[in-house]
Amino acid sequence: MLAESLALSALLFTIGVIGVLTRRNAIILFMCVELMLNAVNLSFVALSKLHGVGGQVFVIFVMSVAAAEAAVGLAIIIAIFRHRQSVNLEDINLLKG
Amino acid sequence: MQTAPLVTGHPMSDTIARFAWLIPLLPLVGFALNGLLSLHAAAHPGPADPSGSDDDHDVAHAAPAAHDHDDAHQVARHPSAGLVSLIGPGVLALSFAMTLAVLYQFGIADQAMHEPYVLTLFQWMPAGKLSIDVAFQIDQLSLVMMSIVTGIGTLIHIFSVGYMRDDPGYPRYFAYLNLFIFFMLLLVMGANYPLMFVGWEGVGLCSYLLIGFWFSDKSNADAGKKAFIVNRIGDFGFLVAMFLMFANFGTLSFAGVESAAAIVPMGGALVTAICLFLFLGATGKSAQIPLFVWLPDAMAGPTPVSALIHAATMVTAGVYLIARSAVLFSMAPVAQLTVAVVGALTAVFAATIGLKQWDIKKVLAYSTVSQLGYMFVGVGVGAYSAGVFHLMTHAFFKALLFLGSGSVIYAMHKAYHATHSPEDAQDMRNMGGLRKRMPVTFVLMWIATFSIAGIPPFSGFFSKDEILGAVFARTHGSTLAEAQWLGIPGSLVLYGVYVLGLAAALMTAIYMTRLMLYTFHGPSRTGEKEATHLKEAPWIMTGPLVVLGVLSAVGGFANVPALYGGMGSQLLHSWLEPVLGRGTEISLGTEGVHLSHATEYLLIGVAIAIAVIGIVFAWLRLKPDALVPAKSAPVEEGLERTLLHKWYVDEAYARTVVQPTLGISRTLLWKGIDAGIIDGLLVNGSALLVRTVGWVGSQLQSGRVGTYAWVLLMGVLSVLSAFSFR
Repeated sequence: MLAESLALSALLFTIGVIGVLTRRNAIILFMCVELMLNAVNLSFVALSKLHGVGGQVFVIFVMSVAAAEAAVGLAIIIAIFRHRQSVNLEDINLLKG
Repeated sequence: MQTAPLVTGHPMSDTIARFAWLIPLLPLVGFALNGLLSLHAAAHPGPADPSGSDDDHDVAHAAPAAHDHDDAHQVARHPSAGLVSLIGPGVLALSFAMTLAVLYQFGIADQAMHEPYVLTLFQWMPAGKLSIDVAFQIDQLSLVMMSIVTGIGTLIHIFSVGYMRDDPGYPRYFAYLNLFIFFMLLLVMGANYPLMFVGWEGVGLCSYLLIGFWFSDKSNADAGKKAFIVNRIGDFGFLVAMFLMFANFGTLSFAGVESAAAIVPMGGALVTAICLFLFLGATGKSAQIPLFVWLPDAMAGPTPVSALIHAATMVTAGVYLIARSAVLFSMAPVAQLTVAVVGALTAVFAATIGLKQWDIKKVLAYSTVSQLGYMFVGVGVGAYSAGVFHLMTHAFFKALLFLGSGSVIYAMHKAYHATHSPEDAQDMRNMGGLRKRMPVTFVLMWIATFSIAGIPPFSGFFSKDEILGAVFARTHGSTLAEAQWLGIPGSLVLYGVYVLGLAAALMTAIYMTRLMLYTFHGPSRTGEKEATHLKEAPWIMTGPLVVLGVLSAVGGFANVPALYGGMGSQLLHSWLEPVLGRGTEISLGTEGVHLSHATEYLLIGVAIAIAVIGIVFAWLRLKPDALVPAKSAPVEEGLERTLLHKWYVDEAYARTVVQPTLGISRTLLWKGIDAGIIDGLLVNGSALLVRTVGWVGSQLQSGRVGTYAWVLLMGVLSVLSAFSFR
């Protein structure tokens, strides 16, 4: 059961990474990051069977931080959209050197 | 350090001498007060020059008010001039009175003071095993110097009240003059070399300020700078000598160095080096070859300044330095011979230039250089008291000559001013016949001339004769005679010095008679209109002249040779014995030096004969009647021209020293090192490097999140793989 769980976690994480690297839409990018976080959560939960409840406690932390992060991140994306009428990351390069 | 026990036990410590710190303090207070007064109403325009060369004349007229003046001299008197005339000479007179009181205490002491009275005020530089105090050393030698500085200083301050009265910078002038006296007293009273050096630098500063007193004329300002820079070369020597003394003796107080010097090997390399470096300092301050060039230019300052600083006091500081280091110098016969030879050469060299100068102050300037050479011959051969004696008589008669010439220039300037003539008031070719117009100055100047020429019984005769006699006496038996100087036997060198001394004496008599003839005798060449305006200066100026005249006439009796016996016999010599005796004894050698009476009479006869021949020769040879005013004078040729141009020494220095220095400064130091390496490579180079690195870094910041994510991933992968394949 453990091996399957970890394999699923790795698969989800890889999907998330590929999404982050290839997509240009900020919202999709954001969802891919969430996917990566939850992939990690899955492996935490799976491994807590071997190493005690510490992993499960971590999952609670990650989810609460991810919720806060989602709130701030979405707010930023909305602000950018209002400003630029776009959420395409190609258009957002204000910090170019 | 070692001074504390001396203070408590010294018999002087419960007399007025314990207030001796007031002597230098009073002029300092005067400086502060006059300096404050000079700030008040500082809105006056540029300085006006009462000695007036052509350019200055125009400057004086540049003031708007100057155009509507009547016959009287243009008055630009400072509003607080009255107060300044009280403070300036007043503080000096108090200092002088104080000095006399201390002198009196020394005089009435039961036994001769063999220990100097060292008055320690506070610790100045405690550094490791070196401790330097601000301490005043009061002994017979410093008392002589203090009396000269404050006494002559007072007279010259009083003279200045008349001479500078109408100058807009009157309070500034007295502030500088008082400051000078303060530093000069510090120089002669300091109980260690560093404190003396403070005074030494301070008088240099005041000399610079006063030479350039009328700084709106560029040549005056340049003369001040020249004096300052040339003196720095000498100061380098003084500093090195101090470093050597500290490194080897571990002390810098006079007492400490003297006891340390007594145990070093006689004529050793160390003591010789110290003495030669000290002498380098002395050549700067006292205008000896090769650093004499600044003194004639220093005549750009007001004439009383020339009298005080550049004749009577500051320029004799080098002589005082050597007398103060008597034991040190006596341990180094080679250095002594160097001093004597340089002194003798300077005496002759400057005298030759003095023969052909037309500016009355320039003649006196070269005369001063020449007489300073005499003093160095005296202290150089180890006859320290003779050198100090000549220093004293020279202060009398040279101050008199300068103030007398100041009086003449004052009269000439007023005369030319009254008729708006642009002629030079200092050129002797424009003078002549002044004996009828200025009888007091005329008589006093002749007294000074007889004195400097060495006619008995005027003061200069005794001092000059004593120096020449001392040189002759030391040609056999002394440590100097036995030493070798550049491979030449010492006694031969001393004979040469003696002959040079006689030659200088002859020329001294000639150029001084020439000066008197051209200035006071013959027909007036001033111009008919101007001649009616020529008259004697006011009594505030002639008064000090009379006092100096009396001193010049009888000052020599302070030290009559033992030969004549009598009351005043060797008074100064025995007075200075506790300070200078040891140094003198060392250089006299073990056998001692004795001249038979017949030889002494012969030497005196030769000296008198030389002086008389010089005066008579000049009197017969020079025809003031044939002289024409400066504007119609023919151009000199040949040797005369060379002498008029001072042997082209200034030009030679400009070629060999000044121009190469400037060249190196411009091309190498400025364009090469400063602009090239420091500015170009270090300053601008480091800026360029930072900018380049910044530009490269900024190119990495594309602003694309995708790129950053790729870089992040690559980074994670590389770190992970590094861990995995370790």
